[in-house]
Amino acid sequence: METIMCVVIGILFAIGTYLILSKTLLRILLGISIIGHGVNLLIMTMGGLKKGGAPLLGWKEYSFTDPLPQALLLTAIVINFATTALFLVLSYRTYEELGTDNSEQLRGYENE
Amino acid sequence: MNNTIVLPIVIPIIAGMVMVICKNMIKLQRYLSIAVTLSIGAVAAFLLEQIKREGVQTLYLGGWEAPFGITLVADMFAVLLVLTTALITFCCLCYAFSSIGADREQHYFYPLTLFLMAGVNGSFLTGDIFNLFVFFEVMLVASYVLITLGGTKMQLRESVKYILINMISSSLFLIAIAFLYAMLGTLNMAHLSVRVAQAGQGGLMTAVAFLFLIVFSIKAGLFLFFWLPGPYSAPPTAIAALFASLLTKVGVYGIIRLFSLVFYHEPNVTHLFIGILAAVSMVLGAMGAVAYWDIRRILTYNVVVGVGFILAGFASFTLEGMRGAVYYLLHDMNVKALLFLLGGTIIHLTGTDKLKAMSGLIRLHPQLGWMFFLAALALSGIPPLSGFIGKLFVTTGTFQAGYFWLGGIGLFTGLLVLYSVMKIFMQVFWGYTNYTAETEKGTTKGLLWPLGILTAVVLFLGLGAEALSEYVDLAVAVLSDPRLYVDAVLSSNL
Repeated sequence: METIMCVVIGILFAIGTYLILSKTLLRILLGISIIGHGVNLLIMTMGGLKKGGAPLLGWKEYSFTDPLPQALLLTAIVINFATTALFLVLSYRTYEELGTDNSEQLRGYENE
Repeated sequence: MNNTIVLPIVIPIIAGMVMVICKNMIKLQRYLSIAVTLSIGAVAAFLLEQIKREGVQTLYLGGWEAPFGITLVADMFAVLLVLTTALITFCCLCYAFSSIGADREQHYFYPLTLFLMAGVNGSFLTGDIFNLFVFFEVMLVASYVLITLGGTKMQLRESVKYILINMISSSLFLIAIAFLYAMLGTLNMAHLSVRVAQAGQGGLMTAVAFLFLIVFSIKAGLFLFFWLPGPYSAPPTAIAALFASLLTKVGVYGIIRLFSLVFYHEPNVTHLFIGILAAVSMVLGAMGAVAYWDIRRILTYNVVVGVGFILAGFASFTLEGMRGAVYYLLHDMNVKALLFLLGGTIIHLTGTDKLKAMSGLIRLHPQLGWMFFLAALALSGIPPLSGFIGKLFVTTGTFQAGYFWLGGIGLFTGLLVLYSVMKIFMQVFWGYTNYTAETEKGTTKGLLWPLGILTAVVLFLGLGAEALSEYVDLAVAVLSDPRLYVDAVLSSNL
């Protein structure tokens, strides 16, 4: 199971990197989101996938799944969601103000 | 257990939320924000004394003892930085009162500044590496909004880059944390330190250390500063000064904390590499500062040089070098805030940031001129002022460690830094006065006294270094001997 997850994470990172290297803001943002998903899966895989029961007192299991990665993941997802939303709004506003979403034209050295 | 530690984080968040509710009561927001910074300063001063008496203070949030819950740890280094943060935020807020404009005040400038402060203080005080990530994000989200606040074309353009680079580095931060957790099974920094010491810092661990170094280098502007000059010159003066003196320094703090507490077993690899990065960023930053002829660019490149110099001291990994790094960090935060505010005032007065269009300002604004002169000398470490003592210790430390090239580059770039700020001083303040009180674009009304406070602090850090030495020594003691930190956090159950 871990091996499959690793391959999936690798694919997500590859797609994300490819998108980040493109020029339109929206694609870059999508790239970052996809890398964010890759990171979330990575955290989960790194903590060990399902190894036993839920870590509750009174459950008669011998091995328990580590609950910490899920907690980290939840926090990471919320933060990723918030910053992505903020960036979407901002890039739309930038497009409206500057009339372009091409990062090549956002360099801003000449026209300053 | 010491509940005061949580106050520097909780006070600004609560006050900020009150301010969001009272959106239109600008007067209230001003007084409240001032009260918050002052009270955090008082809390930090109280903590300083307590740490001096009783050693490192800890707080187990929710009663979950380390290493299970999140721990807040106040050691001398962190609290000195919290105190400096409070001071700088105070001065920047006072400066903002008469310069930021009603529009930005209406649109949550004060609450955002306080949220930023909460994030910065949280990053300094937390003892848990994932919590460090969360406080980084608190700080960054506040800074994302502050940098766009006002929505001018330049701000929008630069903030896009700023947010993208920070989102990417946050992803890297999470990746590094995931690997660290997989290898060590803990996130508490003291516990990480113990586990790394037990397991040994092998190749894989060092690789993770480098991943952390990349993350913090992006945030601190150490070598990976390509994104920094644009965004730091876009926002209005008060915000730019806050950014320049606080945000990069949080990245520096992250590097110093992690590489003194957790990854300190292979200094010949990691610390040498930090030293190389520091040397390169000093050289490149100084080249940028010398090359440009507009005030904002010169000052932002000086931020990079400052970061390089602090970490050069840390990279030597000697007692003297680290003492120098702590002194220089405190000095750098103050003097960068002061220089950015001064530079912003000059731009405000003349209406341009091109050096060649200005001259002879000293006839109309002698105080401004002399403060700039003092700040410029302090920045490059001329003896009675604040940069000197840090520079002396950093140079001694690098020489002791045998990194003569590093100390030499530090001293040489110091000269270039002096040239770059003296260039501003001579162009702006000397020469024929082509302004009169009428043709100026703005006034200095209400802007000078926050600058005066910061100048006084710069003088104090230089002349009163002896009074500070006791505290700095305690900070260095914890940095050089991680056991002090570990014992304070894990004393109850290991």
